[in-house]
Amino acid sequence: MDNPERQSGLERLRWQCRRGLLELDLLFEAFIENGYCNLSDIDKENFSQLLEYQDQTLQEWLLGKSTPENKAMAHMVKLIRDAT
Amino acid sequence: MNIPIRRFDTLILGAGGGGLRAALQLARADAHVAVVSKVFPTRSHTVAAQGGVNAALANVTPDNWHWHMYDTVKGGDYLGDQDAIEYMCRAAGHLVYELEHAGVPFSRLDSGKIYQRPFGGQSRDFGGAQATRTCAAADRTGHAILHTLYQQNIRARTNFFDEYFAVDFICDDEGTVLGALTMDIATGELLVIEAKTILIATGGCGQLYRTTTNAHINTGDGMGMALRAGIPLQDMEFFQFHPTGVAGKGMLITEGARGEGGYLVNKDGERFMERYAPNVKDLASRDVVSRAISIEVREGRGCGPNADHVMLKLDNLGSDIVAKRLPGIRDTCKTFMHLDPVDTPIPVFPTAHYVMGGIPTDRQGRVVRPSGNAPEEVIPGLYAAGECACVSVHGANRLGGNSLLDILVFGRAAANDILGFLKNNRYHRPSNQDYIDKAYERFARWEKTGDGESVHSIRSDLKKAMEDHCGVFRTEKIMREGVEAIKVIRARIPDVRLQDQSKVFNTARVEALELENLADVAIATMRSAEARQESRGAHSRIDYPDRDDVRWMKHSLYSLEDDSLDYKPVRTKPMSVETFPPKKRVY
Ligand SMILES: Cc1cc2nc3c(=O)[nH]c(=O)nc-3n(C[C@H](O)[C@H](O)[C@H](O)COP(=O)(O)OP(=O)(O)OC[C@H]3O[C@@H](n4cnc5c(N)ncnc54)[C@H](O)[C@@H]3O)c2cc1C
Repeated sequence: MDNPERQSGLERLRWQCRRGLLELDLLFEAFIENGYCNLSDIDKENFSQLLEYQDQTLQEWLLGKSTPENKAMAHMVKLIRDAT
Repeated sequence: MNIPIRRFDTLILGAGGGGLRAALQLARADAHVAVVSKVFPTRSHTVAAQGGVNAALANVTPDNWHWHMYDTVKGGDYLGDQDAIEYMCRAAGHLVYELEHAGVPFSRLDSGKIYQRPFGGQSRDFGGAQATRTCAAADRTGHAILHTLYQQNIRARTNFFDEYFAVDFICDDEGTVLGALTMDIATGELLVIEAKTILIATGGCGQLYRTTTNAHINTGDGMGMALRAGIPLQDMEFFQFHPTGVAGKGMLITEGARGEGGYLVNKDGERFMERYAPNVKDLASRDVVSRAISIEVREGRGCGPNADHVMLKLDNLGSDIVAKRLPGIRDTCKTFMHLDPVDTPIPVFPTAHYVMGGIPTDRQGRVVRPSGNAPEEVIPGLYAAGECACVSVHGANRLGGNSLLDILVFGRAAANDILGFLKNNRYHRPSNQDYIDKAYERFARWEKTGDGESVHSIRSDLKKAMEDHCGVFRTEKIMREGVEAIKVIRARIPDVRLQDQSKVFNTARVEALELENLADVAIATMRSAEARQESRGAHSRIDYPDRDDVRWMKHSLYSLEDDSLDYKPVRTKPMSVETFPPKKRVY
């Protein structure tokens, strides 16, 4: 993470991970620390997109109540669940 | 320091249900409103409210606002102000119908009316049979309310400052609040927002505790800002805990788990609730179960490598019941602990849930503080609503479903009063550079470089100290040690140095500012709790097990500047009905 532009991209994501639900805070925070750096550029973009969804929807996906129809999002959800 | 300034009629700090309900009222009346929120508005903590909002609509069982009022006064153990409680309960139906018209998709009964569910503490006929009073939009009532209010605000052209962090108030020499210093989190740039009226709606402070149900954003920022601006905090010793949170993480394991037959054990496998509540055992009231868990851990009978929690067992229920009746719990356990509660016990510990105390206001939402002989002098132009405020409708303990109601009712009430104020006060009060510089000074301290302590270590020490010394197990000795512990922790803050001094999305800086707020709110909470020598509602002391109406039927007020406590009487006179005199609280 020596490229400052990338660093601030990560910092932006870190703030997008602050949510209204504790469950999401915990899942996203752990993922930013443990999983995010190893993602491909495409998956990094997908993660950023995932964060645009509403809290309640994210909660349902990430706690395994339902699965997103969008394949890329479903893949992301799986990665985050696996990293937890 | 040359900081740009913008001016509005009203500045609202916080875009949860409280802030947005107020903003809508104002924007519709053509006031020029700015709403500042540190996260995108629909990520505010109001989305977490799943249970619903109370209103005596009588859609399922007979009901009326007077019964709701009685339950709220009793639930708050007679510390709530009865004029504000009457006002809230009478307004409830109207506010819920208003939300329905605005598009909140409430669930429906077969009759087509709004669905209502029964919650604990709801009664018919002043303490009689169970009432059914909580209006719900499936399990996403808070989410639905927040999204609807946000959409409506966009339509009404409210000015949003998303991802702006409010740092401190700008005050004149008399202590009148003129505006706030804010920071755009995305750029690190500062902005002063001045306004004729200011509403604080920054939500709760569950992050004071290590184990909490609250999201990370709930750091009591508005309360910390108020304390530093010379405004006391009221009744901070009253913090609602839920007995069974996931140990070390905080999420709720619903009461339903024990309702279905789940039970608690200590490290010896003993069903310890049999000792504390021989008849009802694991179904004893929340505070009894919370305290029992805390005692087991304190006396060395906790589980796990640190002996810091107990176990909730559901294995006797069978997988069918768990899957059918407790699916949420199973999801939570599998996701966060990789365990299936059908065959593996869940580690649990009491979790901090809701703060009854906050910034003192009257029922118009105006911030009040003692001055001379007057216990409640209005601070002109300053308002507070929602979980950060103490009206006080929840008294010493909040009933489920009453806090969504609180934020809606008093968000609107504050807005109505603000409209009147704006009519009579056409101009901004004079500000000057000195006032701004004063607010900037504290912020600038974080620009010091070099070696020092980290925010993270101080924050975790603070949260642990609050959990150990101001949790559900309270005695004189424990809390006196707690006051000292918090003082020592606060004294370490000036030695913190931020390693990252960049401006763009510098979350480390935001966390440092949040830590200062938490530390200020922590000392207010600890000191208020230490002083109150009785057990009332959520404040329960081993050494003073009874409620003491003669000495303690009064509100606490903690002031930061001189680290002092003051008290004011409870407003026992309702607006139109008879007072509910204190009675022993039995359920
Ligand atoms: C898990 C859970 C379930 C709950 N369920 C229910 C329920 O079923 N029924 C019920 O009645 N109550 C429930 N509650 C309580 C209820 O959700 C809250 O009390 C209520 O939503 C608080 O609303 P608010 O508007 O005061 O604040 P919040 O919704 O917390 O909003 C605070 C706002 O302030 C902003 N803010 C904070 N600090 C700053 C700063 N420094 N600068 C800029 N902006 C800032 C935030 O960005 C946010 O927009 C529940 C609480 C929890 C934790």
